[in-house]
Amino acid sequence: MKYYTYFPGCSSSEGGAKAYGRSAQIVSQVLDVELVELDDWNCCGSTPYSSVDELSSFCLSARNLSLAEKRGFDLVTPCSSCYVMLNRTKSYLKEYPKVKANVEEALAAGGLQYNGTVKARHLLDIFVNDIDYDIIRTKIERNLKGLKVASYYGCQIVRPRFGLDHPEYPESLDKLVASLGSDPVPFPLKSRCCGGSIIISDEDVALDLIKKLLDSAVSNGAECLVTVCPLCQTNLDAYQSSVNKKFKTSFNIPILFFTQLMGIAFGLSDDDLLLKTCIVPVERVLAKYP
Amino acid sequence: MEKKRRANTFVEEISDIPGGEGVRLCIQCGTCTASCPNADRMEHTPAQLIAMVRADMRNEVLSSNAMWYCLSCYLCTVRCPRGIKQTDLMHALECLASREHLSSGRTRTPTLYRSFSDFVYSLGSLSEVGFMAWFYMLTNPLRALRMLPVALALLRHGRLSIKARRLTPEGTKQLEAILDKAESLGGVS
Repeated sequence: MKYYTYFPGCSSSEGGAKAYGRSAQIVSQVLDVELVELDDWNCCGSTPYSSVDELSSFCLSARNLSLAEKRGFDLVTPCSSCYVMLNRTKSYLKEYPKVKANVEEALAAGGLQYNGTVKARHLLDIFVNDIDYDIIRTKIERNLKGLKVASYYGCQIVRPRFGLDHPEYPESLDKLVASLGSDPVPFPLKSRCCGGSIIISDEDVALDLIKKLLDSAVSNGAECLVTVCPLCQTNLDAYQSSVNKKFKTSFNIPILFFTQLMGIAFGLSDDDLLLKTCIVPVERVLAKYP
Repeated sequence: MEKKRRANTFVEEISDIPGGEGVRLCIQCGTCTASCPNADRMEHTPAQLIAMVRADMRNEVLSSNAMWYCLSCYLCTVRCPRGIKQTDLMHALECLASREHLSSGRTRTPTLYRSFSDFVYSLGSLSEVGFMAWFYMLTNPLRALRMLPVALALLRHGRLSIKARRLTPEGTKQLEAILDKAESLGGVS
């Protein structure tokens, strides 16, 4: 059994991507990974907070890091944005004494301190580096051979460089998809941005970006797409009909969390994986792989 | 919070902000602009913004819509041949513009980011429904109608939770103390 402190982030906790949190937990159990949720964690602030008040945004992550430090395990999040906020905070604390002094003073006002010892990691990193593809292969219960999958990384899991995979041509998720028995398709835009941070304020701009991604996946033969980020999933899934309306297209490609695809391959039930929360239905595609 | 202005020129001011120091290193090659998925929406491209900072065009830079179209995808940052943290520079400009109430009115993104942050500040956790309702109220309630089909689809699939997750009372108090102190320290610069 491997132990980690788990930071779900708002979206994968009780928010719009709770299927991500649920499937992450259940797939982890299959792989003997124990994710223990961090007590009383707060929102990471994401891109918006760091665009309005950067010091406060570092403090949001520093509180979570400080709470995690007391437990002593690596801090794992399934959300690419939380992953970047935690790691940016860590690197700024290390690189800029001025930031460190301010953050320490703010933390002290809440009776906390942080000594810089926590590793902040993405869930994908745990599965592909701590568990390994070979172990994952041994857990397969359902034959997905022939299922064509676009592995979508999005931006923040690989950029800026926090050490997990290549910033522009990542492969770890493709390898994971292959180890599940399914077939990763070439996907040139796999690490391009989905426009998640402005989907609410500037929908039209974001829809252009989403359309390019869907085009790139579908034209390469993908039957479904997997994501590693709650915002990417929501964007590509919930806004697919808006894209179709705007561009008179007929995309109908299911968007799964990578943990859901793992769960499907491991033979877990649709209910366990909350597959019904996918807005573009996934049943039609999966029916070919009983 | 009154701004501590110690720098004489805008380029000095930006260089003093952690993450902004790279502004002096730019060779205007335009790799950031060519990499940016949203450069075509910006009144000034990423490379232009840097040139304008160095030309001391403080007001023009801070009231530009450009940085608000930055998606924080960090493609410019990993490609910059001079190692400039271009995305962080965008954040620094956004923070400065917010603090001085100069944020562009030609994009709704500053208002969105502000409503998001206000919610996180007061709840410690994000309620998606709550912050969106607040945002539409601040901008144009009629635009919420356009969002309705997406919201209904999310609701039908059990993905819109009305109830927000809350921290414990002690956690809430602790976070508030930390954030109030951070605000009193007045930004990172």
